[in-house]
Amino acid sequence: MKTIVFAEHHNGKFTKSSLEAVSYATAWSVSTGGTCIAVTYGSIDASVLGTAGANEVWKMDALSAADGEQITKLMLAAQKESGATAIVLSQDLIGKSVAPRLSVRLNAGLVSGATAIPSGNTVKKNVFSGKAIAHVSVNSEVSIVTVLPNSYGVNTSGAACPVNAFNAEVGTARVRVKEVRMEESESIPLPEADKVVSAGRGMKGPENWGMIEELAKELGAATACSRPVSDIGWRPHHEHVGQTGIAIRPNLYIAVGISGAIQHLAGVNGSKVIVVINKDPEAPFFKAADYGIIGDAFEVVPQLIAAAKAFNATK
Amino acid sequence: MKILVCVSKAPDTTSKIAFTNNNTSFDEAGVNFIVNPYDEWYALVRALELKEAQGGNVTVLSVGGADYEQIIRKALAIGADDAVRIDAPESDALSVSTHIANYAKDKGFDLILCGKETINYNGSVVPGMVAELLDMPLVALAAKLDVANGVATCEREVTGGMEVLEVNLPAVISAAKGMAEQRIPNMRGIMAARTKALEVISVENAAASTSVSNYEMPPAKSACKFVDPANAAELITLLHQEAKVI
Repeated sequence: MKTIVFAEHHNGKFTKSSLEAVSYATAWSVSTGGTCIAVTYGSIDASVLGTAGANEVWKMDALSAADGEQITKLMLAAQKESGATAIVLSQDLIGKSVAPRLSVRLNAGLVSGATAIPSGNTVKKNVFSGKAIAHVSVNSEVSIVTVLPNSYGVNTSGAACPVNAFNAEVGTARVRVKEVRMEESESIPLPEADKVVSAGRGMKGPENWGMIEELAKELGAATACSRPVSDIGWRPHHEHVGQTGIAIRPNLYIAVGISGAIQHLAGVNGSKVIVVINKDPEAPFFKAADYGIIGDAFEVVPQLIAAAKAFNATK
Repeated sequence: MKILVCVSKAPDTTSKIAFTNNNTSFDEAGVNFIVNPYDEWYALVRALELKEAQGGNVTVLSVGGADYEQIIRKALAIGADDAVRIDAPESDALSVSTHIANYAKDKGFDLILCGKETINYNGSVVPGMVAELLDMPLVALAAKLDVANGVATCEREVTGGMEVLEVNLPAVISAAKGMAEQRIPNMRGIMAARTKALEVISVENAAASTSVSNYEMPPAKSACKFVDPANAAELITLLHQEAKVI
Protein backbone atom coordinates (compact mmCIF):
# COMPACT_ATOMS: atom_id res chain seq x y z
CA MET A 1 0.00 0.00 0.00
CA LYS A 2 1.33 3.43 -0.91
CA THR A 3 1.02 6.14 1.76
CA ILE A 4 1.37 9.90 1.49
CA VAL A 5 1.86 12.08 4.56
CA PHE A 6 1.88 15.86 4.93
CA ALA A 7 4.79 17.40 6.88
CA GLU A 8 4.52 20.93 8.31
CA HIS A 9 7.47 23.06 9.34
CA HIS A 10 8.05 26.12 11.43
CA ASN A 11 11.15 28.35 11.65
CA GLY A 12 13.10 26.02 9.35
CA LYS A 13 12.32 22.86 11.33
CA PHE A 14 9.72 20.17 10.82
CA THR A 15 7.28 20.15 13.74
CA LYS A 16 7.41 17.30 16.22
CA SER A 17 3.83 16.34 15.38
CA SER A 18 4.71 16.17 11.67
CA LEU A 19 7.68 13.91 12.37
CA GLU A 20 5.31 11.71 14.39
CA ALA A 21 2.92 11.63 11.42
CA VAL A 22 5.74 10.69 9.02
CA SER A 23 6.91 7.95 11.41
CA TYR A 24 3.34 6.66 11.69
CA ALA A 25 2.78 6.75 7.91
CA THR A 26 6.04 4.90 7.31
CA ALA A 27 5.23 2.18 9.84
CA TRP A 28 1.76 1.82 8.32
CA SER A 29 3.12 1.47 4.77
CA VAL A 30 5.83 -0.97 5.91
CA SER A 31 3.22 -3.11 7.70
CA THR A 32 1.46 -3.54 4.36
CA GLY A 33 4.65 -3.95 2.29
CA GLY A 34 4.37 -0.50 0.67
CA THR A 35 6.23 2.80 0.54
CA CYS A 36 5.74 6.24 2.01
CA ILE A 37 6.00 9.65 0.32
CA ALA A 38 6.18 12.75 2.52
CA VAL A 39 4.67 15.88 0.97
CA THR A 40 5.81 19.34 2.01
CA TYR A 41 6.42 22.85 0.63
CA GLY A 42 8.64 25.91 0.73
CA SER A 43 12.35 26.37 1.24
CA ILE A 44 13.52 23.80 3.73
CA ASP A 45 15.92 20.87 3.65
CA ALA A 46 13.31 18.12 3.50
CA SER A 47 15.70 15.18 3.08
CA VAL A 48 15.62 14.88 6.90
CA LEU A 49 12.09 13.45 6.59
CA GLY A 50 13.88 10.28 5.49
CA THR A 51 15.22 10.00 9.03
CA ALA A 52 11.64 9.52 10.22
CA GLY A 53 11.24 6.84 7.58
CA ALA A 54 9.92 8.47 4.39
CA ASN A 55 11.16 6.81 1.18
CA GLU A 56 11.00 10.07 -0.74
CA VAL A 57 9.78 13.64 -0.39
CA TRP A 58 7.67 15.59 -2.85
CA LYS A 59 8.09 19.30 -2.28
CA MET A 60 6.28 22.26 -3.81
CA ASP A 61 8.91 24.99 -3.66
CA ALA A 62 6.61 27.81 -4.81
CA LEU A 63 4.28 27.54 -1.83
CA SER A 64 5.40 29.59 1.17
CA ALA A 65 2.73 28.95 3.82
CA ALA A 66 0.34 26.20 4.82
CA ASP A 67 -3.18 27.34 3.95
CA GLY A 68 -5.83 24.67 4.53
CA GLU A 69 -7.35 24.84 1.06
CA GLN A 70 -4.00 25.06 -0.75
CA ILE A 71 -2.56 22.10 1.15
CA THR A 72 -5.78 20.20 0.39
CA LYS A 73 -5.19 20.77 -3.34
CA LEU A 74 -1.51 19.84 -3.00
CA MET A 75 -2.41 16.57 -1.24
CA LEU A 76 -5.16 15.81 -3.77
CA ALA A 77 -2.63 16.20 -6.60
CA ALA A 78 -0.08 14.06 -4.76
CA GLN A 79 -2.67 11.36 -4.13
CA LYS A 80 -3.66 11.32 -7.79
CA GLU A 81 -0.07 11.26 -9.04
CA SER A 82 1.07 8.56 -6.59
CA GLY A 83 -2.09 6.46 -6.52
CA ALA A 84 -1.76 6.33 -2.72
CA THR A 85 -4.60 4.61 -0.87
CA ALA A 86 -3.60 5.88 2.56
CA ILE A 87 -3.21 9.53 3.56
CA VAL A 88 -1.76 10.63 6.90
CA LEU A 89 -1.62 14.03 8.57
CA SER A 90 -1.04 15.17 12.14
CA GLN A 91 -4.18 16.03 14.13
CA ASP A 92 -2.81 19.58 14.49
CA LEU A 93 -4.23 22.87 13.19
CA ILE A 94 -3.35 22.12 9.58
CA GLY A 95 -4.51 18.50 9.80
CA LYS A 96 -7.86 19.65 11.21
CA SER A 97 -8.23 22.04 8.28
CA VAL A 98 -7.07 19.68 5.52
CA ALA A 99 -8.14 16.12 6.42
CA PRO A 100 -11.91 16.78 6.47
CA ARG A 101 -11.69 18.48 3.07
CA LEU A 102 -9.70 15.56 1.62
CA SER A 103 -12.21 13.13 3.07
CA VAL A 104 -15.08 14.87 1.26
CA ARG A 105 -13.20 15.29 -2.02
CA LEU A 106 -11.93 11.71 -2.21
CA ASN A 107 -15.01 10.15 -0.63
CA ALA A 108 -12.51 8.57 1.75
CA GLY A 109 -13.22 7.58 5.35
CA LEU A 110 -11.38 9.74 7.90
CA VAL A 111 -10.28 8.67 11.38
CA SER A 112 -9.11 11.71 13.31
CA GLY A 113 -6.75 11.50 16.27
CA ALA A 114 -5.54 7.92 15.80
CA THR A 115 -3.26 6.53 18.52
CA ALA A 116 -2.02 3.33 16.85
CA ILE A 117 -1.18 1.94 13.40
CA PRO A 118 -4.31 0.60 11.65
CA SER A 119 -4.97 -3.10 11.77
CA GLY A 120 -6.68 -4.00 8.48
CA ASN A 121 -9.25 -1.27 7.94
CA THR A 122 -9.70 -0.61 11.67
CA VAL A 123 -8.04 2.29 13.47
CA LYS A 124 -7.93 3.00 17.22
CA LYS A 125 -8.73 6.48 18.46
CA ASN A 126 -9.39 8.01 21.87
CA VAL A 127 -12.97 9.03 22.56
CA PHE A 128 -14.79 10.53 25.58
CA SER A 129 -11.73 12.76 26.15
CA GLY A 130 -9.43 9.78 26.66
CA LYS A 131 -11.78 7.81 28.91
CA ALA A 132 -12.34 5.14 26.24
CA ILE A 133 -10.90 3.89 22.95
CA ALA A 134 -12.98 3.37 19.79
CA HIS A 135 -12.08 0.94 17.02
CA VAL A 136 -13.18 2.77 13.89
CA SER A 137 -13.66 0.96 10.59
CA VAL A 138 -13.09 2.76 7.32
CA ASN A 139 -15.44 1.68 4.56
CA SER A 140 -13.76 3.20 1.51
CA GLU A 141 -10.99 2.50 -0.96
CA VAL A 142 -8.82 5.37 0.27
CA SER A 143 -8.29 5.85 4.02
CA ILE A 144 -7.30 9.07 5.76
CA VAL A 145 -5.88 9.10 9.27
CA THR A 146 -4.79 12.02 11.43
CA VAL A 147 -2.37 11.12 14.23
CA LEU A 148 -2.96 12.41 17.76
CA PRO A 149 0.11 14.49 18.74
CA ASN A 150 2.39 12.87 21.36
CA SER A 151 0.80 9.46 20.89
CA TYR A 152 3.24 7.97 18.40
CA GLY A 153 7.03 8.09 18.83
CA VAL A 154 9.32 9.75 16.30
CA ASN A 155 11.42 7.27 14.32
CA THR A 156 15.03 8.42 13.98
CA SER A 157 16.53 5.28 12.46
CA GLY A 158 16.08 6.19 8.79
CA ALA A 159 18.49 7.94 6.44
CA ALA A 160 18.19 11.13 4.39
CA CYS A 161 15.94 10.49 1.38
CA PRO A 162 15.63 12.02 -2.09
CA VAL A 163 13.58 15.21 -2.45
CA ASN A 164 11.72 15.68 -5.72
CA ALA A 165 10.11 18.88 -6.93
CA PHE A 166 6.35 18.55 -7.13
CA ASN A 167 4.00 21.20 -8.40
CA ALA A 168 0.25 21.43 -8.24
CA GLU A 169 -2.40 23.99 -9.10
CA VAL A 170 -3.28 25.13 -5.57
CA GLY A 171 -5.22 28.35 -6.23
CA THR A 172 -5.10 31.27 -3.81
CA ALA A 173 -5.62 31.27 -0.06
CA ARG A 174 -8.99 32.63 1.06
CA VAL A 175 -7.84 32.90 4.68
CA ARG A 176 -5.36 35.78 5.00
CA VAL A 177 -2.70 35.80 7.72
CA LYS A 178 -2.57 39.40 8.95
CA GLU A 179 -0.17 39.06 11.83
CA VAL A 180 1.73 36.47 13.83
CA ARG A 181 2.63 37.41 17.40
CA MET A 182 5.28 35.21 18.93
CA GLU A 183 5.52 35.15 22.71
CA GLU A 184 8.81 36.51 23.96
CA SER A 185 9.65 33.49 25.98
CA GLU A 186 12.17 30.74 26.00
CA SER A 187 9.72 28.28 27.50
CA ILE A 188 8.71 25.14 25.64
CA PRO A 189 5.33 25.32 23.84
CA LEU A 190 2.88 23.28 25.91
CA PRO A 191 1.40 21.02 23.19
CA GLU A 192 4.89 19.91 22.12
CA ALA A 193 6.38 19.47 25.58
CA ASP A 194 7.21 15.96 26.70
CA LYS A 195 7.43 17.06 30.33
CA VAL A 196 4.99 19.43 32.02
CA VAL A 197 4.87 20.93 35.51
CA SER A 198 1.39 22.19 36.29
CA ALA A 199 -0.03 23.96 39.31
CA GLY A 200 -3.41 24.95 40.68
CA ARG A 201 -5.12 26.92 43.41
CA GLY A 202 -3.01 25.18 46.04
CA MET A 203 -0.26 27.66 45.11
CA LYS A 204 -2.31 30.39 46.87
CA GLY A 205 -1.32 33.21 44.48
CA PRO A 206 0.52 34.09 41.26
CA GLU A 207 3.50 35.39 43.25
CA ASN A 208 4.28 31.81 44.26
CA TRP A 209 4.78 30.50 40.70
CA GLY A 210 8.53 31.12 40.83
CA MET A 211 9.17 27.67 42.31
CA ILE A 212 6.94 26.00 39.67
CA GLU A 213 8.87 27.72 36.88
CA GLU A 214 12.16 26.80 38.51
CA LEU A 215 11.23 23.13 38.85
CA ALA A 216 10.05 23.13 35.21
CA LYS A 217 13.34 24.69 34.10
CA GLU A 218 15.41 22.10 35.97
CA LEU A 219 13.39 19.27 34.43
CA GLY A 220 13.29 20.80 30.95
CA ALA A 221 9.52 20.99 31.24
CA ALA A 222 6.80 23.40 30.12
CA THR A 223 4.49 25.02 32.68
CA ALA A 224 0.71 24.62 32.76
CA CYS A 225 -2.17 25.35 35.11
CA SER A 226 -5.71 24.36 36.08
CA ARG A 227 -8.82 26.18 34.90
CA PRO A 228 -9.57 28.16 38.11
CA VAL A 229 -6.05 29.56 38.03
CA SER A 230 -6.37 30.83 34.44
CA ASP A 231 -9.94 32.07 35.06
CA ILE A 232 -8.86 34.30 37.97
CA GLY A 233 -5.92 35.54 35.93
CA TRP A 234 -3.03 34.11 37.92
CA ARG A 235 -1.73 32.48 34.74
CA PRO A 236 -2.34 33.06 31.00
CA HIS A 237 -5.20 31.18 29.31
CA HIS A 238 -2.87 29.35 26.95
CA GLU A 239 -1.48 27.46 29.96
CA HIS A 240 -4.89 26.03 30.90
CA VAL A 241 -5.02 22.28 30.40
CA GLY A 242 -8.25 20.36 30.80
CA GLN A 243 -11.55 19.63 29.15
CA THR A 244 -12.12 23.16 27.88
CA GLY A 245 -8.49 24.24 27.64
CA ILE A 246 -5.99 22.16 25.76
CA ALA A 247 -5.47 18.43 26.02
CA ILE A 248 -1.86 17.30 26.38
CA ARG A 249 -0.14 13.91 26.41
CA PRO A 250 3.37 14.42 27.78
CA ASN A 251 5.63 11.63 29.04
CA LEU A 252 5.67 13.26 32.48
CA TYR A 253 2.95 15.41 34.04
CA ILE A 254 3.57 16.81 37.52
CA ALA A 255 0.50 18.39 39.15
CA VAL A 256 1.10 20.60 42.16
CA GLY A 257 -1.85 21.73 44.29
CA ILE A 258 -4.46 20.55 41.76
CA SER A 259 -7.27 18.44 43.21
CA GLY A 260 -7.90 16.62 39.93
CA ALA A 261 -11.50 17.44 38.97
CA ILE A 262 -12.75 15.19 36.19
CA GLN A 263 -12.64 18.13 33.73
CA HIS A 264 -8.94 18.59 34.46
CA LEU A 265 -8.22 14.87 34.17
CA ALA A 266 -9.86 14.83 30.72
CA GLY A 267 -7.07 17.08 29.46
CA VAL A 268 -4.14 15.16 30.94
CA ASN A 269 -5.16 11.51 31.24
CA GLY A 270 -3.14 10.61 28.15
CA SER A 271 0.10 11.46 30.01
CA LYS A 272 2.40 8.47 30.39
CA VAL A 273 3.48 9.18 33.97
CA ILE A 274 1.45 11.37 36.33
CA VAL A 275 2.88 12.76 39.58
CA VAL A 276 0.51 14.40 42.04
CA ILE A 277 1.63 16.63 44.90
CA ASN A 278 -1.21 17.67 47.19
CA LYS A 279 -1.60 18.18 50.92
CA ASP A 280 -5.11 16.68 50.84
CA PRO A 281 -4.82 12.86 50.93
CA GLU A 282 -8.42 12.68 49.62
CA ALA A 283 -7.62 14.64 46.43
CA PRO A 284 -9.20 12.63 43.56
CA PHE A 285 -6.10 13.17 41.43
CA PHE A 286 -4.19 10.54 43.46
CA LYS A 287 -6.46 7.87 41.91
CA ALA A 288 -5.10 8.75 38.46
CA ALA A 289 -1.50 9.19 39.61
CA ASP A 290 1.52 6.92 39.19
CA TYR A 291 3.46 8.70 41.94
CA GLY A 292 2.09 10.81 44.76
CA ILE A 293 3.40 12.99 47.54
CA ILE A 294 0.95 13.96 50.28
CA GLY A 295 2.47 17.17 51.54
CA ASP A 296 2.66 20.94 51.40
CA ALA A 297 3.83 22.21 48.00
CA PHE A 298 5.83 24.95 49.69
CA GLU A 299 7.92 22.31 51.45
CA VAL A 300 7.97 19.61 48.76
CA VAL A 301 8.71 21.63 45.61
CA PRO A 302 11.94 23.25 46.93
CA GLN A 303 13.20 19.74 47.80
CA LEU A 304 12.40 18.60 44.26
CA ILE A 305 14.21 21.59 42.75
CA ALA A 306 17.30 20.78 44.82
CA ALA A 307 17.11 17.09 43.87
CA ALA A 308 16.63 17.93 40.18
CA LYS A 309 19.66 20.24 40.30
CA ALA A 310 21.73 17.50 41.89
CA PHE A 311 20.47 15.03 39.28
CA ASN A 312 21.31 17.39 36.41
CA ALA A 313 24.80 17.85 37.84
CA THR A 314 25.43 14.10 37.49
CA LYS A 315 24.34 13.94 33.83
CA MET B 1 -26.05 39.04 9.85
CA LYS B 2 -27.43 35.52 9.54
CA ILE B 3 -25.57 33.06 11.73
CA LEU B 4 -25.97 29.29 11.89
CA VAL B 5 -24.63 27.57 15.02
CA CYS B 6 -24.24 23.78 14.81
CA VAL B 7 -24.96 22.16 18.14
CA SER B 8 -24.27 18.61 19.24
CA LYS B 9 -25.19 16.80 22.43
CA ALA B 10 -22.59 15.20 24.68
CA PRO B 11 -22.68 13.27 27.92
CA ASP B 12 -22.12 15.42 31.01
CA THR B 13 -18.41 15.40 31.83
CA THR B 14 -19.01 13.57 35.09
CA SER B 15 -20.91 10.70 33.37
CA LYS B 16 -19.78 7.16 33.89
CA ILE B 17 -18.44 5.89 30.57
CA ALA B 18 -19.60 2.32 29.88
CA PHE B 19 -20.61 0.28 26.86
CA THR B 20 -23.30 -2.30 26.08
CA ASN B 21 -24.14 -4.82 23.34
CA ASN B 22 -20.75 -6.48 23.48
CA ASN B 23 -19.00 -3.10 23.71
CA THR B 24 -20.50 -1.86 20.47
CA SER B 25 -22.63 0.99 21.82
CA PHE B 26 -22.37 3.66 24.49
CA ASP B 27 -24.45 2.86 27.58
CA GLU B 28 -26.81 5.84 27.90
CA ALA B 29 -28.52 4.48 31.04
CA GLY B 30 -28.48 7.19 33.70
CA VAL B 31 -26.39 9.51 31.52
CA ASN B 32 -27.27 13.20 31.55
CA PHE B 33 -26.74 14.81 28.16
CA ILE B 34 -25.66 18.43 27.83
CA VAL B 35 -25.02 20.79 24.95
CA ASN B 36 -21.45 20.09 23.81
CA PRO B 37 -19.50 22.75 25.76
CA TYR B 38 -17.51 24.08 22.79
CA ASP B 39 -20.74 24.55 20.81
CA GLU B 40 -22.55 26.23 23.70
CA TRP B 41 -20.00 28.26 25.64
CA TYR B 42 -18.02 29.60 22.71
CA ALA B 43 -19.79 29.22 19.33
CA LEU B 44 -23.33 29.99 20.45
CA VAL B 45 -22.49 32.74 22.92
CA ARG B 46 -20.20 34.54 20.44
CA ALA B 47 -22.92 34.30 17.78
CA LEU B 48 -25.37 35.93 20.21
CA GLU B 49 -22.89 38.69 21.10
CA LEU B 50 -22.36 39.48 17.41
CA LYS B 51 -26.12 39.57 16.84
CA GLU B 52 -26.69 41.81 19.87
CA ALA B 53 -24.03 44.24 18.64
CA GLN B 54 -24.84 44.24 14.92
CA GLY B 55 -28.37 42.85 14.52
CA GLY B 56 -29.33 39.71 12.67
CA ASN B 57 -30.54 36.25 13.48
CA VAL B 58 -29.04 33.21 15.18
CA THR B 59 -30.33 29.77 14.17
CA VAL B 60 -29.18 26.64 15.98
CA LEU B 61 -29.06 23.37 14.08
CA SER B 62 -28.71 19.81 15.34
CA VAL B 63 -28.64 16.52 13.49
CA GLY B 64 -30.23 13.77 15.55
CA GLY B 65 -33.32 12.14 17.00
CA ALA B 66 -36.19 13.42 19.15
CA ASP B 67 -33.99 13.20 22.27
CA TYR B 68 -32.32 16.39 20.99
CA GLU B 69 -35.33 18.45 22.10
CA GLN B 70 -33.91 19.41 25.54
CA ILE B 71 -30.51 20.24 24.04
CA ILE B 72 -32.08 22.54 21.47
CA ARG B 73 -34.41 24.17 24.04
CA LYS B 74 -31.34 24.93 26.19
CA ALA B 75 -29.70 26.67 23.22
CA LEU B 76 -32.90 28.64 22.61
CA ALA B 77 -33.05 29.56 26.31
CA ILE B 78 -29.53 30.96 26.12
CA GLY B 79 -30.77 33.23 23.34
CA ALA B 80 -30.87 31.66 19.87
CA ASP B 81 -33.79 32.97 17.79
CA ASP B 82 -34.93 29.74 16.21
CA ALA B 83 -33.86 26.15 15.75
CA VAL B 84 -33.77 23.32 13.25
CA ARG B 85 -33.44 19.62 13.90
CA ILE B 86 -32.52 17.39 10.98
CA ASP B 87 -34.20 14.13 11.91
CA ALA B 88 -31.46 11.65 11.01
CA PRO B 89 -29.03 9.42 12.86
CA GLU B 90 -25.58 10.83 13.66
CA SER B 91 -23.86 7.98 11.79
CA ASP B 92 -20.47 9.65 11.35
CA ALA B 93 -18.92 13.06 10.68
CA LEU B 94 -19.56 12.83 6.93
CA SER B 95 -23.26 12.04 7.30
CA VAL B 96 -23.76 14.83 9.86
CA SER B 97 -21.79 17.32 7.72
CA THR B 98 -23.80 16.36 4.63
CA HIS B 99 -27.07 17.08 6.45
CA ILE B 100 -25.75 20.44 7.73
CA ALA B 101 -24.49 21.45 4.28
CA ASN B 102 -27.69 20.37 2.52
CA TYR B 103 -29.73 22.50 4.90
CA ALA B 104 -27.42 25.55 4.81
CA LYS B 105 -26.60 25.69 1.11
CA ASP B 106 -29.47 27.93 -0.03
CA LYS B 107 -30.21 29.82 3.21
CA GLY B 108 -27.68 32.63 2.82
CA PHE B 109 -25.91 32.29 6.17
CA ASP B 110 -23.02 34.73 6.56
CA LEU B 111 -21.37 32.68 9.24
CA ILE B 112 -21.50 29.03 10.23
CA LEU B 113 -20.12 28.48 13.73
CA CYS B 114 -19.28 25.14 15.34
CA GLY B 115 -17.43 24.16 18.50
CA LYS B 116 -13.90 22.94 17.78
CA GLU B 117 -14.84 19.33 18.63
CA THR B 118 -17.34 17.32 20.66
CA ILE B 119 -16.21 16.07 24.06
CA ASN B 120 -17.42 12.54 23.33
CA TYR B 121 -16.01 11.82 19.88
CA ASN B 122 -13.18 14.43 19.87
CA GLY B 123 -13.12 14.46 16.06
CA SER B 124 -12.73 18.11 15.00
CA VAL B 125 -13.90 17.03 11.55
CA VAL B 126 -17.41 18.39 10.94
CA PRO B 127 -16.41 22.09 10.53
CA GLY B 128 -13.90 21.24 7.78
CA MET B 129 -16.31 18.91 5.98
CA VAL B 130 -19.10 21.50 6.05
CA ALA B 131 -16.67 24.10 4.66
CA GLU B 132 -15.64 21.78 1.84
CA LEU B 133 -19.21 20.75 1.01
CA LEU B 134 -20.29 24.41 0.85
CA ASP B 135 -17.07 25.61 -0.84
CA MET B 136 -16.43 28.03 2.03
CA PRO B 137 -13.18 29.00 3.73
CA LEU B 138 -12.59 27.62 7.23
CA VAL B 139 -10.85 29.04 10.25
CA ALA B 140 -10.28 26.14 12.65
CA LEU B 141 -9.95 26.66 16.40
CA ALA B 142 -10.46 30.41 16.55
CA ALA B 143 -10.08 31.79 20.07
CA LYS B 144 -11.37 35.27 19.10
CA LEU B 145 -13.83 36.35 16.43
CA ASP B 146 -14.94 39.79 15.26
CA VAL B 147 -16.93 40.71 12.18
CA ALA B 148 -16.96 44.05 10.34
CA ASN B 149 -17.93 44.92 6.76
CA GLY B 150 -18.34 41.34 5.68
CA VAL B 151 -14.91 40.30 6.96
CA ALA B 152 -14.29 38.02 9.94
CA THR B 153 -11.12 38.62 11.94
CA CYS B 154 -10.00 35.68 14.06
CA GLU B 155 -7.18 35.04 16.44
CA ARG B 156 -5.91 31.60 17.21
CA GLU B 157 -3.08 29.99 19.10
CA VAL B 158 -0.22 28.63 17.06
CA THR B 159 3.00 27.03 18.29
CA GLY B 160 4.73 29.69 20.36
CA GLY B 161 2.23 32.52 19.87
CA MET B 162 -0.96 33.84 18.30
CA GLU B 163 -1.91 34.53 14.71
CA VAL B 164 -4.48 36.96 13.38
CA LEU B 165 -6.45 35.76 10.35
CA GLU B 166 -8.94 37.50 8.09
CA VAL B 167 -11.52 35.88 5.87
CA ASN B 168 -14.38 37.20 3.75
CA LEU B 169 -17.84 35.96 4.68
CA PRO B 170 -19.51 33.56 4.23
CA ALA B 171 -17.16 31.32 6.18
CA VAL B 172 -17.14 28.41 8.60
CA ILE B 173 -15.40 29.03 11.92
CA SER B 174 -14.77 26.50 14.69
CA ALA B 175 -14.60 27.91 18.19
CA ALA B 176 -11.97 27.23 20.87
CA LYS B 177 -11.69 28.49 24.42
CA GLY B 178 -11.47 32.26 24.66
CA MET B 179 -14.06 33.18 22.02
CA ALA B 180 -16.74 33.93 24.64
CA GLU B 181 -17.76 33.25 28.23
CA GLN B 182 -20.39 30.72 29.23
CA ARG B 183 -23.90 32.20 29.70
CA ILE B 184 -26.38 30.74 32.16
CA PRO B 185 -29.93 31.02 30.81
CA ASN B 186 -32.26 33.13 32.96
CA MET B 187 -35.91 32.37 33.75
CA ARG B 188 -37.12 34.73 31.01
CA GLY B 189 -34.96 32.95 28.46
CA ILE B 190 -36.18 29.54 29.60
CA MET B 191 -39.83 30.65 29.33
CA ALA B 192 -39.28 32.26 25.92
CA ALA B 193 -37.53 29.11 24.63
CA ARG B 194 -40.73 27.12 25.04
CA THR B 195 -42.48 29.06 22.31
CA LYS B 196 -39.59 29.68 19.89
CA ALA B 197 -39.76 27.92 16.52
CA LEU B 198 -38.16 24.48 16.32
CA GLU B 199 -38.45 23.12 12.80
CA VAL B 200 -38.00 19.36 12.41
CA ILE B 201 -36.90 18.32 8.92
CA SER B 202 -37.22 14.74 7.68
CA VAL B 203 -34.52 13.67 5.30
CA GLU B 204 -33.11 10.60 3.62
CA ASN B 205 -30.16 9.14 5.52
CA ALA B 206 -26.81 10.44 4.28
CA ALA B 207 -23.89 8.15 3.44
CA ALA B 208 -21.30 7.44 6.12
CA SER B 209 -17.69 6.53 5.34
CA THR B 210 -16.67 5.26 8.79
CA SER B 211 -18.30 3.27 11.57
CA VAL B 212 -17.32 2.34 15.13
CA SER B 213 -16.92 -1.45 15.34
CA ASN B 214 -16.43 -1.55 19.10
CA TYR B 215 -15.13 0.29 22.15
CA GLU B 216 -12.65 -0.64 24.83
CA MET B 217 -11.62 0.93 28.12
CA PRO B 218 -8.03 2.13 28.49
CA PRO B 219 -5.77 -0.19 30.50
CA ALA B 220 -6.26 0.36 34.23
CA LYS B 221 -3.64 2.46 35.99
CA SER B 222 -1.62 0.64 38.59
CA ALA B 223 -1.97 1.99 42.12
CA CYS B 224 -0.27 5.26 43.00
CA LYS B 225 3.13 4.87 44.62
CA PHE B 226 3.53 7.31 47.49
CA VAL B 227 6.78 9.08 48.33
CA ASP B 228 7.47 10.39 51.84
CA PRO B 229 7.13 14.23 51.78
CA ALA B 230 10.10 14.48 54.14
CA ASN B 231 12.22 12.74 51.51
CA ALA B 232 10.73 14.22 48.33
CA ALA B 233 14.07 13.93 46.54
CA GLU B 234 13.32 10.21 46.22
CA LEU B 235 10.76 11.14 43.54
CA ILE B 236 13.49 12.39 41.19
CA THR B 237 15.33 9.06 41.59
CA LEU B 238 12.14 7.10 40.86
CA LEU B 239 11.34 9.20 37.79
CA HIS B 240 14.82 8.53 36.46
CA GLN B 241 15.43 4.90 37.41
CA GLU B 242 11.94 3.36 37.53
CA ALA B 243 9.66 5.45 35.28
CA LYS B 244 12.59 6.45 33.02
CA VAL B 245 10.99 9.76 32.07
CA ILE B 246 13.87 12.05 33.09
